[in-house]
Amino acid sequence: MKKGRLVVVGNGMVGQRFVDALRARDSDGRWRVTVLGEEPRPAYDRVRLSALFDGVDADELNLHTPDPQVQLRLGTSVTAIDRARRVVATTAGEYPYDALVLATGSYAFVPPIDGVDLPGVFTYRTLDDLAAIRAHARGRRRGAVIGGGLLGLEAANALRLLGLATSVVEVAPRLMPMQVDTAGGALLRRYVEELDVACHLGVATSALHPGPDGSVAQLELADGGRVDADLVVVATGIRPRDELARAAGLPLGSRGGVLVDHTCRSADERIWAVGECAAVDDTCHGLVGPGYAMAETVADRLVGGAATVPDADTATKLKLLGVDVASFGDAHGTTPGCLDVTFTDPATRVYAKLVLSDDAQTLLGGVLVGDADAYPTLRASVGQPLPAAPLALLAPAGAGAGAAALPGSAQVCSCNAVTRADLDAAIAGGATDVPALKACTRAGTSCGSCVPMLRQLLDAAGVGQPRGLCEHFDVSRQELFDLIRVREIRTFSSLIAEHGRGDGCDICKPVVASILASLGTGHLLDGERASLQDTNDHFLANLQRDGSYSVVPRIPGGEITPEKLIVLGEVARDFALYTKITGGQRIDLFGARVEQLPQIWRRLVDAGFESGHAYGKALRTVKSCVGSTWCRYGVQDSVGLAIALELRYRGLRAPHKIKSAVSGCARECAEARGKDFGIIATDAGWNLYVGGNGGFRPRHADLFATDLTTEALVRLVDRFLMYYIRTADRLQRTAAWIEAMDGGLAHLNAVIVDDSLGLCAELDAAMARHVGSYSDEWRDVLEDPARLDRFTSFVNAPQVPDPSIRFTEERGQRIPARAGGTGNQQPVGLGTPEVRR
Amino acid sequence: MTGQPRGWTAVCPLTRLDPGRGMAALVDGVQVALFRTAADLFALDNRDPVTDAYVLSRGIVGSRDGVPTVASPLHKQAYDLRTGACLDLPGVAVRWHEVRCRAGLVEIRLREEA
Ligand SMILES: Cc1cc2nc3c(=O)[nH]c(=O)nc-3n(C[C@H](O)[C@H](O)[C@H](O)COP(=O)(O)OP(=O)(O)OC[C@H]3O[C@@H](n4cnc5c(N)ncnc54)[C@H](O)[C@@H]3O)c2cc1C
Ligand code: SF4
Repeated sequence: MKKGRLVVVGNGMVGQRFVDALRARDSDGRWRVTVLGEEPRPAYDRVRLSALFDGVDADELNLHTPDPQVQLRLGTSVTAIDRARRVVATTAGEYPYDALVLATGSYAFVPPIDGVDLPGVFTYRTLDDLAAIRAHARGRRRGAVIGGGLLGLEAANALRLLGLATSVVEVAPRLMPMQVDTAGGALLRRYVEELDVACHLGVATSALHPGPDGSVAQLELADGGRVDADLVVVATGIRPRDELARAAGLPLGSRGGVLVDHTCRSADERIWAVGECAAVDDTCHGLVGPGYAMAETVADRLVGGAATVPDADTATKLKLLGVDVASFGDAHGTTPGCLDVTFTDPATRVYAKLVLSDDAQTLLGGVLVGDADAYPTLRASVGQPLPAAPLALLAPAGAGAGAAALPGSAQVCSCNAVTRADLDAAIAGGATDVPALKACTRAGTSCGSCVPMLRQLLDAAGVGQPRGLCEHFDVSRQELFDLIRVREIRTFSSLIAEHGRGDGCDICKPVVASILASLGTGHLLDGERASLQDTNDHFLANLQRDGSYSVVPRIPGGEITPEKLIVLGEVARDFALYTKITGGQRIDLFGARVEQLPQIWRRLVDAGFESGHAYGKALRTVKSCVGSTWCRYGVQDSVGLAIALELRYRGLRAPHKIKSAVSGCARECAEARGKDFGIIATDAGWNLYVGGNGGFRPRHADLFATDLTTEALVRLVDRFLMYYIRTADRLQRTAAWIEAMDGGLAHLNAVIVDDSLGLCAELDAAMARHVGSYSDEWRDVLEDPARLDRFTSFVNAPQVPDPSIRFTEERGQRIPARAGGTGNQQPVGLGTPEVRR
Repeated sequence: MTGQPRGWTAVCPLTRLDPGRGMAALVDGVQVALFRTAADLFALDNRDPVTDAYVLSRGIVGSRDGVPTVASPLHKQAYDLRTGACLDLPGVAVRWHEVRCRAGLVEIRLREEA
């Protein structure tokens, strides 16, 4: 079969989704795809653009995965379509097509105001725009945004985050005029003003005036008012980029956009348009969800399918920190005969409105300001019978009946057009958590506002985060923690007798051991406690594949004196231990037999070492770069801080291991953003990042607080760790913990910064107890003959070493001799390892 | 060695064993994992059949649906302390041995290969 030539113009969000969707469907390779994109970089997540000012890297917004079957030409603008010859002309030559897909998006509309072309005036659409804004903001103090809609408010927040005193000027009498009504707008204004953003509403901008340096310095308003601003963002709307279609003589929508039918085909049967540049039913949509639906439709059509675009979902939710604003469906009540139900609570400052059909049976739309918890459920219920009584749906914290009440046809994720039925099918097919649902349905992967509903659906299906720890306890780790803490339970036997059943197992026993340890209630190996520990905690060393153990002494911050380094070398030599430097800036000694462990510790403890807790679900290391002491770029003493933190949190037991790192400047040589808590020095102090990890699902930590003093930093980390220890699930790293938290980082911030739960004093006291009661677990064993008794090879033959632990040599060190003899007898030709299968 | 019923070997005083924990013992050159639960004593081969390492004595003791178990400390498969059958991998089992307490001493009698 001869392949068709498919040319895609534009590599934005929708263009990329179209290519992914086509490639997923085109299994027999009907189409050879060429993508021509004007921006210098491949598709990125424009919806999350503002996250750049929240510490997210541009790389993290990437949406493009290279595909050898797709030719991608970046930095290439299409300048004309020759429909007769079926070629497009570009700045880099011509490309012939059999099918042409226009995915050119929109441009930011800039009204013709005097001075709008001055330096210092920007639009807010691309990564380049944001880079230019960031550069210009340096050293400047005041910013203004023209336009108080969704995008304008997002831009205003960005200017705030850049440290500018910010004003918003809006022609309409309220903010977000497209989404909210008068009452909602008034409340929204109060919230926005509390964020120190000045609002000038109901007034047009008549001119922009330059300052002495020639760049913008002041806005002149139509009522004669003046607003000082040395950086201005214009966010007055977008216009579809339909210039290619226009020049090629294709019909356009009445307000612009390539006019297309319900299959997204234009008047020319070989030319399609998707995303913001397309006008379906004579309407362009400035949201990504409808664009994605168009992309899927055209992909389906091009492989012979019969899809048509569904009605567009224009629901929106503002992502401004602390202020929730959501609108969905017929928010303004334009349907004939419709009814309003409003709910206003001046005390909690919540405004909500539902628009119902004339018989009050069907939800048509609504507006929420101040508390948008009910948004995901409500949005998915538009056009459906009400899932609960209107007031129950609106009452704050109610979040109404939740996702479980939705019918199968309700769209839960409107960005990716995933219905409840799709999700139920995925759950029935074995998806048991939110990440799995995201992976198999794409729900929740764009704006993320439906994630709480995904969780509810999992719960409803009885697979969502099973609450019981194991067959012996019906409660979660967090509930167990509270039980033990509040009732002051100190033994596993009394806990299981009163609150569980059976004898316990390898799941609940270590969890309880860890909780007891976190509460600072005595040594790990005391009495009954010893029987609860995993083998690693039981022997205070790491069990390896051959039954031997490895030993890792603490080297705080990775700083070590030559004398201590020599002792490590001597111990390793004398016990013939395989020696390796770890990723955590310390040294791991392998191949110790159980009965050797106390002898090895004796030597190490005498030389001033202590346990590194490499065996525990506990703080591992705080890595550091060399910092301002030596490095010519360093701005703070990263080594000093790393040592102080590692000594403060050593021995702290947690639901999972905890790693940290400190970098001495923004160059980030210590890779702090890959850690549960990472610290990066700034000129003014420290930036704290939380929730990063390497491993199976690598994740960068999110910026949590900036320019902290050392004292403030330590206080935040104290609370962060203690709150994690109290509330996380078993084996849940901090990243997953934050992801699963309702409200995510904002909630964490409320709890440990604003003390919204009144917990901070308790968390602080708990950490103080930990720091005060720390003692070295190795030394404790060495000093106690009863504990030493456990470190024996055979209870009836302590003098006989375990004969199954045998070694061979590789590269001058001892490694396990394996029974089957695979892998490591003879080094292969080049001394490179073979793959083990 | 085969054919002859083996005798009992005393390995240690009962007080050497912590309830809810195991210990390794060496009986006629065989590594045995010895366990004490609240009410009972059990003995299995110490060799973890999945990894070929001699570590079962260091696993966590517990129960599953009322069956007393030990979980391998390497990959956590549970074994029935009474029969040695693996509860997670069908067809996998370790040998079990007889164990008793006489006059405060724990004694083991090896069982022949099944
Ligand atoms: C700051 C911001 C926040 C947003 N927040 C949300 C939100 O919360 N929810 C939501 O649903 N939507 C949001 N949007 C809108 C969303 O980003 C767009 O709907 C989406 O990006 C549209 O995708 P698209 O592919 O149609 O257009 P685009 O992503 O703009 O991509 C079009 C691409 O085509 C290229 N192009 C144009 N003409 C040519 C040519 N002649 N030759 C070659 N290439 C060309 C452009 O350079 C561009 O890269 C937001 C937008 C911004 C800017
Ligand atoms: S992070 Fe900065 S201070 Fe630390 S080593 Fe790198 S460049 Fe130097």
